[in-house]
Parts: sequence; C-alpha cells; structure tokens
Amino acid sequence: MSVVLEDVRKVFADPERPERTVVAVDGVSLEIREGELVTFLGPSGCGKTTALRVIAGFETPTSGRVLIGGQDVSHLPPHTRNTAMVFQSYAIFPHLSVAENVAFGLQMRSVPKRDISTRVRDILDLVELSGLEHRAPEQLSGGQQQRVALARAIITEPRVLLFDEPLSNLDAKLREQMRGEVRSLQRRLGITSVYVTHDQTEAMALSDRIVVMQAGRVQQEGTPFEIYARPANRFVADFIGRVNFLEGRVVAAEGKLTRLDVRGVSLEVPSPAAPLSPGHPATLVVRPETIHLAPTAAAETAAFRGTIRRAVYLGSTIEYEIEWGKTTILAVIGSPLEHGILAEGAAVAFSFPPGTTHLLPGAV
Amino acid sequence: MSLPRRFGQTVRELRQLKGEPFLAAAIAGIFALLCLFILYPLARVLTVSVFPDGALSLRLYREFLGSWFIRQALWNSLLIGCLTALGGTAVGFLFAFTLTRTDIPGKRILALAAILPIISPPFVSALSIILLFGNNGLITRQLLGFQDVALYGFRGLLVAQIFTFFPVAYLTLRGILESLGGTLEDAATNLGATRWKTFRRVTFPLCLPGIASALLVLFIESIADFGNPLILGGSGFPILSVQVYLQVTGMYDLPGGAALAVILLVPSVITFLVQRYWVARKRYVTVTGKPTRAVIRAVSPGMRRLLFGACVAVALFVLLFYATILVGAFSRAWGVDHRPTLRNFGYVFSVGAQAIVDTLIIAVTSSPLAGLLGMAIAFLVTRRRFPGRRVMEFVSILNFAVPGTVIGIGYILAFNQRPLLLTGTAVILIANFLFRYIPVGIQSGVAGLRQIDPAIEEAATNLGASTQTAFRRITLPLLVPAFFSGLVFSFVRAMTAISAAIFLVSADWSLMTVQILSQTEAGRLGAAAAFSVILILIILLAISVIRLILGQLFEYHYEATFG
Repeated sequence: MSVVLEDVRKVFADPERPERTVVAVDGVSLEIREGELVTFLGPSGCGKTTALRVIAGFETPTSGRVLIGGQDVSHLPPHTRNTAMVFQSYAIFPHLSVAENVAFGLQMRSVPKRDISTRVRDILDLVELSGLEHRAPEQLSGGQQQRVALARAIITEPRVLLFDEPLSNLDAKLREQMRGEVRSLQRRLGITSVYVTHDQTEAMALSDRIVVMQAGRVQQEGTPFEIYARPANRFVADFIGRVNFLEGRVVAAEGKLTRLDVRGVSLEVPSPAAPLSPGHPATLVVRPETIHLAPTAAAETAAFRGTIRRAVYLGSTIEYEIEWGKTTILAVIGSPLEHGILAEGAAVAFSFPPGTTHLLPGAV
Repeated sequence: MSLPRRFGQTVRELRQLKGEPFLAAAIAGIFALLCLFILYPLARVLTVSVFPDGALSLRLYREFLGSWFIRQALWNSLLIGCLTALGGTAVGFLFAFTLTRTDIPGKRILALAAILPIISPPFVSALSIILLFGNNGLITRQLLGFQDVALYGFRGLLVAQIFTFFPVAYLTLRGILESLGGTLEDAATNLGATRWKTFRRVTFPLCLPGIASALLVLFIESIADFGNPLILGGSGFPILSVQVYLQVTGMYDLPGGAALAVILLVPSVITFLVQRYWVARKRYVTVTGKPTRAVIRAVSPGMRRLLFGACVAVALFVLLFYATILVGAFSRAWGVDHRPTLRNFGYVFSVGAQAIVDTLIIAVTSSPLAGLLGMAIAFLVTRRRFPGRRVMEFVSILNFAVPGTVIGIGYILAFNQRPLLLTGTAVILIANFLFRYIPVGIQSGVAGLRQIDPAIEEAATNLGASTQTAFRRITLPLLVPAFFSGLVFSFVRAMTAISAAIFLVSADWSLMTVQILSQTEAGRLGAAAAFSVILILIILLAISVIRLILGQLFEYHYEATFG
C-alpha cells in the first residue's frame, strides 16, 4: 500500500506552558510507494517521530491528510488502520508470554485459534525464536525482545510497517546484525515501511529513500546516494556524514561545469541543478574521504597547502585536522598501514577530485 | 492556547471519538455519574443554604458568622487542623526518614505500626484515649489516681488526631524518600558534605514539596474529621464538623446545617486547590522505574539511636491503643472489673449483627465498583484525549476536598424526593462510598499508569485492539497492584467511614461505625471496643481475600489466553 502525506501539520500545546504551542510537523508532503522502505532521518525534535505517529493514528494532524492505499485515514482511530509499529522500547506486553505477545494482533482480528497457533509458529521460525514460545519477556535478551516486537508486528500482515528507532537500544554489533535482518525481512515480505531513526548509517544501510527532516520540515528526500553526494543544503550536508565547506565566488557558469574561485585558486566543479550566476558567493561541499594529502616538499606547486594540527589514528583510517588559514580541513585517509602516517605539525598539500564535490549557493 | 485553536482541537478530538462509540459512551456515562453524585449534591447544599425561606438570602450566614459559638467552632477546627498537620507530618517524616535512611532493627514491625491507624475506624484513637486517660482511665485513674482529668477538649483531641492521621503523611513522605534514591545524597557526600549538611542541603529540601503536600492533606482530613471531635471535643471545645451534624440531627435544621457545611467547605477547598495546583507541581521526583538503593548510613550512630527510640515510642503508643481496645473488648467493665469475658461480643452479636451484615454488603458492593471506576477514570484522563478531560479529572477528585458531613447533607438534600428517592436505601450508602473514595483509586491508578510505558498500550491499539479491549487485556492486568491498593483503600474506608454515612443510615441499613459511635456515646465502652475488634478483624481478613482473588484471577488469566 502506498502512504501519502498531504501538507500535514501537527501543533502541540507546550506541556509546561499551555498558552504556548510547538509546531512538531510543519507542512510535510510526501509519497511512500508500495513496497518501499523510506527512512525519516533527523536530529531529535525534528518531527520525525510525530510524523510516524500521525501515520499510525496516535496523533491526529492539526491540518492536512494522511492516505493509506488511497484511503483518507486522517481521522480513523489507530486500531482500525492496520499499520503495525515496532516501538523504540519494544513495548512488549510484560504480562504475556512470547507466543501470547505475537498472537495478540491475530486475536484482535478474531482469527480462529488453530490458525493462530500455526501462524505464530511460522513467524517465530522466521525470526528464529522457535522454542521460546512460553518464555516471559523479561527472560529474553535485548535482541530477542527486538525479534518478538518484529514478529508481533509482521504477523498481522499490515498494510504498512512502522519502525520508531527500533534498534537504538541494542549494542553496536547487534544493531548492525538486526539492521540486515530487518532489511531482508522487509524485502522478502514486500511490506511498505516507514523507518524513523537519527542514525545516518542506519538510514543509509536500510533505505530505498531517505527523508531528511529538520524543524518539522522536509529538507531533502532522495536515495542514500543522492542525499550524500548532492545534499540540498548545508543542514543536510552537515547532518549526513562529515563535511568540509569551502567558501568561494562563482566566476563563470558554463553548462555542466561552474568555474569557482576559492581563495585565489580556480576550480572547475559540477554545476548544481539550479545554475549560479557569476559574481555570487557559493559554498563547495568536500567530503573528507575524497581529500588526498602529500608532503609539501613533494608538491611545491600545490594549490592548497596547510599544516597538520592533529592526527587521530583509528586503525582502518586516519583522520587529520589541517590548518588552512583560519579554516580547519578534515581529511580521512584510508589504510594507514599502506599510506603511512604524517606527523602533527608537518606541512602538507591537499587536493580533491573536483568531480566529487557539490556546489551550494551562498556563503558559509 | 487561543480560543479558535482550542475549538479546532475539540473538533478533532470529537471526530476521533466517532470511531470509538464505546469510548464515547463510557466518557458520557462517567460524566453523567459525576454530575449526579458529586456536583448535584454540592449544588443542593449551596442552594438550600442561600434560600432558607424560599427567597435568596444570606441570613443564615450572617447569623452563624455573627454567633460567638460558631466562630469559636470554626477557629477551633482550623487550629486543630493546623496543629494536627504539623504534628502528624513531623511524626510521619520521622518514620519515613528512619525507615528509608537507617538500618535499624525491627523495620517491618515499625512500618506496620505506622500504617495500622489507617485500617481502623478514625475514632479508635479517641476511644483508646478515653479508656486510658479518661475519668475512668487505666493510666489516669488506676495508675496515677487522678480524680478529674481535663482530657476532653483541645489536648485529648489533638493527640487523637495526630495518631489518626500521621500514617497519611508517613506514606506520602516514604514514597518520596524512596524514589529520591540515594544517588543525590551519595553525590553530596562525595563532594564533601557531612551527614548533617547532606540532610539539610539535599535530602530535606528535596522532600519539601512532599512535606508541604502532607501538611495540606492532613489539614484537610483533620478539619473534615468527625468521629474524634464528637467523642473528645465536648461542649467546651466546639468543632465545626460536629456542629454541622448537631444542627441537622439535633435541631432538624437542614438549611442551617447546609450553611455551616458551606462554611466548613471553604477552607477545605482552598487548601485542596493550593495542594493540587501549586504544591503538587513542585515535585522534583521523577519516576524512572529503576529501583535505586537507599543510603543506609545517612545518620551518625547517636542520631540513629535517637531516631530509633522516637519511632519505637510512637509505635508503642499505637500498639498500646490497639491493645487497649482488645483488652477493653474482653473486660467486664472497663476501669472497674477487668476479668475476661465474652459478654461484650455476645451483646454485639445480638444487637449489632444486622449492622455487621449491612456494612459488609455495602463495602463489598461499593469497593470493587470504586476500584474499577477509579482505574477507568485514571486511564481516560491520562491516556486519552477528549473534550472535558481536565474537568473530568477535577470533578472526580473534588470529593477528596469535601468534608464527609458536607457530602452527607448534600446526599440527603439531593436524593430525598422522586425521581431520585434514595434516602433510606442501600444505594445511597453505596453511591456515597463509591464517589467519595474514588480519588484515591484514581491517584494510585495514575501513579501506576506512569510506570507503564504508554507505548505498551499504543502497541495494543496499533495491533487492532479498541480502547476497551486494550484497557481490559493490557492496562488492567498491569495495573493490578494499583487496583489492589485502590480496592483495599475503598474497602477499608467503606468499613470505617462515618462522617457522611451517619446522615445516610436508616432503620433498614445501618453501619458498624455508627453503632460504635452510639455505643461510645451511651457509655458502653466494652461493646464499642468489641465492635472495633470485629471491624479490624474483618478488614484484615478482607485484605488477604482481595489479594488472593486478584492473584488467582490474573494469574489464571495469563495462562488461559494461550495454550
């Protein structure tokens, strides 16, 4: 089923000061296509969870509409919407066993008892919890509780699966593993899914498309590649991955390429979708892993030169903070075993392939 | 919030209710009940008091407030109220602090002694004080040989009130001290504070909102109390709640009683509003659900001995009171002939059997209803949004602030004619207990709900459970502990309350508490003591039965749903 949000706004009364209001979701419109997994990504308080709860029906939109499979559900109570949610806290019923928890949704739909036990068995098989049917929730590990929550949600064959930061309570290793399982399960079942997270790695790994939110508004929507390579604005560029902003001035726009002056160095970079006119300030987005370093002795003629202020060795990579005038440039160099380590205080030249950059209008 | 926005929200809430007819009906039904059994009787008290002769007039108020005697009664009530609040809170804090912050021996017995007064009729202290310190008192007459004791009046009443009400302060403050955990105090010590400084700068300030709350609650309970002042006040020390009763039953003056009731209501309601909307907001305690270990070495060894001694002294006093009642029940004639006998019990069963049965019927009917209604209201006001939610919350706990005598008069006035003719029936007593004691059920329900992650109920609705199914299958089973305490409380109160009920009993339906009071007034202290013993035994038995039933019911339920 597709999910469509049409100009959804949600305004809350401030619980501390009821005369004031908080705009949690500020005019969000988007379409989630059948079978797709879309992530709402943003910092806490950006409105992503509220948007999810509006789809589930726990919140009624102040204005705007929610459509599931073309049907307007904006004012339907949550229990009639057939949207299954996996909660951040799992929300497993503590007084029911694993099997009772998983069976709950089917009981609510008055599925015959015999069918319930077959389906519960099958789904527990699927999430690899067979044999734990009669365990109490508190006897399960975090990962197992997570699987119960997942099984409980998918057993009802919902029209939409909703995930509210479901992996944030797991440790890093388990989180990665569960991430893979969620993705393959969702693909196999083909259920339209909305996934809320503040973890950009999780969003990149899971999503068909990412919706980046900030202050109740959609900042950008696109595939993980689009979001990372061509961020729509400074917020998105900064929030997804790490970034260097290089300030410059447009010298000439020549179709696919724009000529840019960065502190006296002339660069030819790919033009943004909306062309910039010469004379205007612009900001160049340079990802740290695209930067190459060379000792200055070896590159007397290099365009960009600086001094290494800090080197942080992380095993598979090494991170350098390079003082470049008043700006600090971050460079991440892979495989230090192969490339060696530059000392703090060393003078270096740095460069980057202009094709990997992205141009934003305006100064920093 | 601006008016149009509030209106928009109301419309949205109503639209969502349309999808849940059962929920809408439940809300409407509860509103109707609250209006009928809480607001309407209060409105009747007000209107009757300002229409004494058929026309609007403040004559009664002018007369009463001009009367020296009534002014004295009002002043006495307020004075006893304030001093009871201070004394009761001090004793309550002593117990709460000692039991949560030291490792003294015998904690369980001390804790039991501190809540024992809650489960007995409020005038047991008064009765014991008479038996011990009265004109024929064991201590005053027999041990010390006093002939004339100035027990009735201020001193005797204050002691009885403090012993009756300190457990309320104890429970409040104990909850706060427990939930404060020990981390903050550990942090203070870690930063170099001495034990005393930690107490003065951290523990005590953090308890202040709870202390303020306990003070106000004790004040409300004390000025509303009726049993102790009636027995111990005497004519030399008039108390307003007693005057309300005498005006109605002694002078058959309902409008006058109503006017006095309104005068009594004013300080109660003001205190209640202060407590609820000012003090209760200032709590620092947040319930994280993580049990934290309380500090055990918060006081010096000397202080520990002092606190222990003080607690033991109070506990001994409490136990002495109950021992006195017990001995009194089995004595031939208190103060004269202490040989054991069962005569008192024989007397009680011959004249009071019907009252015992009536009391049980009414308590057994009203308390489960009060428990369920309390949980339902707690659930609705904390977990559902609908127009009038705040009003429902306020009205449903309003009766906490209304003295029983006021409610009693209100019920007589409201339900004495067709089509609402309930006076003289069991229904009026049941309704009275039901609506008087839901506030506590609601409070424990709300507290219980705060411990339950809202996501758990959302998960149920999300999986297709309607509001009533989610409540029945998920919330209620998880609320069993809160439900239990609401149930026990309303049962205990239905067994022990008197102030409202005394107006509502009839030839057909009488209550044990009313019998105890009339036996005491008639000077048959042995019979009164025997009645009290039976009452306390019934309560203790009932608490175990309720626990057993709830355990069975929900344990069974867990297994029955699956395999």
